[in-house]
Amino acid sequence: MNSAHSATDHAHDDHHDHDHKPGFFVRWFMSTNHKDIGTLYIIFSIIAGLIGGAFSMIMRLELQEPGVQFLTDAAGGPDGHMWNVIITAHGLIMVFFVVMPGLIGGFGNWFIPLMIGAPDMAFPRLNNISFWLLIPAFLLLVLSAVIGGGAGTGWTVYPPLSAMGHPGAAVDMAIFSLHLAGASSILGAANMITTILNMRAPGMTLHKMPLFIWAMLVTAFLLVLAVPVLGGAITMLLTDRNFGTDFFNPEGGGDPILYQHLFWFFGHPEVYIMILPAFGIVSHIVSTFSQKPIFGYLGMAYAMVSIGVVGFVVWAHHMYTAGLDVDTRAYFTAATLIIAVPTGIKIFSWIATMWGGSIEFKTPMLFAIGFIFLFTVGGVTGVVLANAGMDVALHDTYYVVAHFHYVLSLGAVFALFAGFYYWIGKISGRMYPEWMGQLHFWTTFVGVNVLFFPQHFLGLQGMPRRYIDYPDAFADWNAISSYGGYIAGLSTLWFIVVVFYTLMFGRKASGNYWNVQPQCMTLEWTLSSPPPFHQFDIQPNVK
Amino acid sequence: MKSKIMTFFTAVALMIGAISVPAFADKPEDWGIYLQDAASPAAERIHEFHYMMMYIITGIVLFVLALLLYVVFRFRARPGVKPSMVTHNVMLEVLWTVIPVVILIVIAIPSFKLLYYVDRTETPDMTLKVTGYQWYWGYEYPDHQGINFTSYMVPEKDLAAGQVRLLSTDNPIVLPVNKNVQILVTAADVLHSWTVPSLGAKMDAVPGRLNETWVRINEPGTYFGQCSELCGKDHAYMPIEIKAVTQAEFDAWVAEKAGPAPAPAEEKESSNDTKNTNNQAANQLAAKATEGQ
Repeated sequence: MNSAHSATDHAHDDHHDHDHKPGFFVRWFMSTNHKDIGTLYIIFSIIAGLIGGAFSMIMRLELQEPGVQFLTDAAGGPDGHMWNVIITAHGLIMVFFVVMPGLIGGFGNWFIPLMIGAPDMAFPRLNNISFWLLIPAFLLLVLSAVIGGGAGTGWTVYPPLSAMGHPGAAVDMAIFSLHLAGASSILGAANMITTILNMRAPGMTLHKMPLFIWAMLVTAFLLVLAVPVLGGAITMLLTDRNFGTDFFNPEGGGDPILYQHLFWFFGHPEVYIMILPAFGIVSHIVSTFSQKPIFGYLGMAYAMVSIGVVGFVVWAHHMYTAGLDVDTRAYFTAATLIIAVPTGIKIFSWIATMWGGSIEFKTPMLFAIGFIFLFTVGGVTGVVLANAGMDVALHDTYYVVAHFHYVLSLGAVFALFAGFYYWIGKISGRMYPEWMGQLHFWTTFVGVNVLFFPQHFLGLQGMPRRYIDYPDAFADWNAISSYGGYIAGLSTLWFIVVVFYTLMFGRKASGNYWNVQPQCMTLEWTLSSPPPFHQFDIQPNVK
Repeated sequence: MKSKIMTFFTAVALMIGAISVPAFADKPEDWGIYLQDAASPAAERIHEFHYMMMYIITGIVLFVLALLLYVVFRFRARPGVKPSMVTHNVMLEVLWTVIPVVILIVIAIPSFKLLYYVDRTETPDMTLKVTGYQWYWGYEYPDHQGINFTSYMVPEKDLAAGQVRLLSTDNPIVLPVNKNVQILVTAADVLHSWTVPSLGAKMDAVPGRLNETWVRINEPGTYFGQCSELCGKDHAYMPIEIKAVTQAEFDAWVAEKAGPAPAPAEEKESSNDTKNTNNQAANQLAAKATEGQ
């Protein structure tokens, strides 16, 4: 992964820095530049994150006390449907419009070409449409929450509730939203695979690729293989709803369980789609701030590949209580447990990378270390849930909610923040103030743990998910959880302050502002900050 | 407040010490942090398994935390200290692959035993049929002259003394203790999930499918559960309440509920013929009830 880099390249790039930039409209609305498209994705992800976060604040407000205080209907009674609409919107927004655009569209677009020494993505116009498909997708989703009563189906959109249970147009709009978001993902993934396989700098063999590139390559393959299955499932749902087909309707010989199989055949790889890029980002940050090369590089790369492969054969662990045959459940228990092995390899390799290092605790490193620990916590509860027998007590309880927020909200989102602080100097050319970043880390860390850890207790006690109201005995931990939610919410607002301060007043960043050592070097640090509009006019060579 | 804090620490101590909680809790408790007390053999085995898992996952988390803390304090950047350049250690990498595999095998064997145990009962003493509706439960006793009724949540304003908000129902299920009760679960509209945590039962109610689970209740008492699959606007308002009683009390309840039984003496003898007749009668009743819906 070491890269040779000559001073002449740099001079050449600098020469081109001042220009060929098109005018504002053409640059941002008809962009074919991977960096500009990446920036658009990151802005989109932050805005969608604020909207999805606002939904979670409403949920924590409502759940702070037993009884229904806020989400009431005209008669003053509980509006359970509005609650369902909010949890659905929260889930879909966070998965499809925050984590995926941020990690894959944002950091992927920005840093795949930079790290492999390519001038741009393989298909720049395809890249542009990938982004712009997300805008109507997001509009359709937000509109689906307000038109036709809203889609209160949960992000899984299980029929028959999503079929006969929702006569209005809302679910159709949500389905179209997922179609567009799915098309966007598939096109983006095809672009990334082509770019990574064909446009690496001379000398950068597959086994010399930075781990972030490995992560994006595996992620892109998962997207190409998994998302079409979701597209098929929701299209069948669409025809069930509108054209009298009976794929999932038992009265016509269909089966609601078929939908669950199709959905989770997509849905389980999807969770690795969200976490693998995070693995890649964390690897680079841990290496950079420990000033050590990555420990066990090949093991790390192939751990991600095996997570990707095994991730396709474990889907039914989301359906342990659906009435599957007991032998089927035994198989899925075994397959699911196996995923813990490559995940463990990654955790231990990160720690071994830090071992013997010279560690600096800058904000990205804090988020990365936080990620490693909290992902471990989320991982071990995953091992508990993997057991089909045990899952009888925990399925669809808050234990599951705690588990997947530990791996996503405290895993993938921590990696989003880590990547943001790590690369914002490179992206914007300006540095965030260190104290502001550290304050953001500590408030987030405390907030999300106070928010989600008590949910393990609630789940063990049997509190079901997706409940607008709960028996009074659950009140105490729900209140604590809500207080944590408010801390996390405030720290997110603080993050917005950090973003604006950095963009407007941040001091100028040098090309290699983290002083990334040769043993940790990736090609983006050989360029200026921000990089020239078109970089690597002359291909760099990688030793 | 003090007592709550004490309760919390006691509970933590109990959880870590893996000692069973003395007071019997068959519904959620204030500040509860652990599984509801087990009231059936299936739930007991789930508890045993979870105790083991608590040791393992707590150990793993503490181990990773200790490593991280050690690394963070021991290897923080100091002037003049050069970072090591080690990138491989085959022994270490083999160990952290093989040891997790061994731990997983240790988990998997009891896990499979548990799975096959909680799956179903081979020797049911009676059957309870459960049907999920938006937003209430329908219950049928095909072995007991087709007793059938619906069970709605008791609204907050109608709660009687001793009833629990969001958990008590107008028509609790009545089941005898120490009997293997086969439970057949289906749904009439959308998905639901029939769940009683303290009995180790959770089974999705799927239209067009007849799913099977079972309970065997250890002691008389009242056991609660809540619908556990998103089913629409009143998903949070369709609880499950079971009154577990002795066989004698159960028989009395059956007699009262079913009215004068056609031939109670025959039922006690329970020859195959009469059982079949009863089942047919029950099915006819059930069919009528469904039509009535």
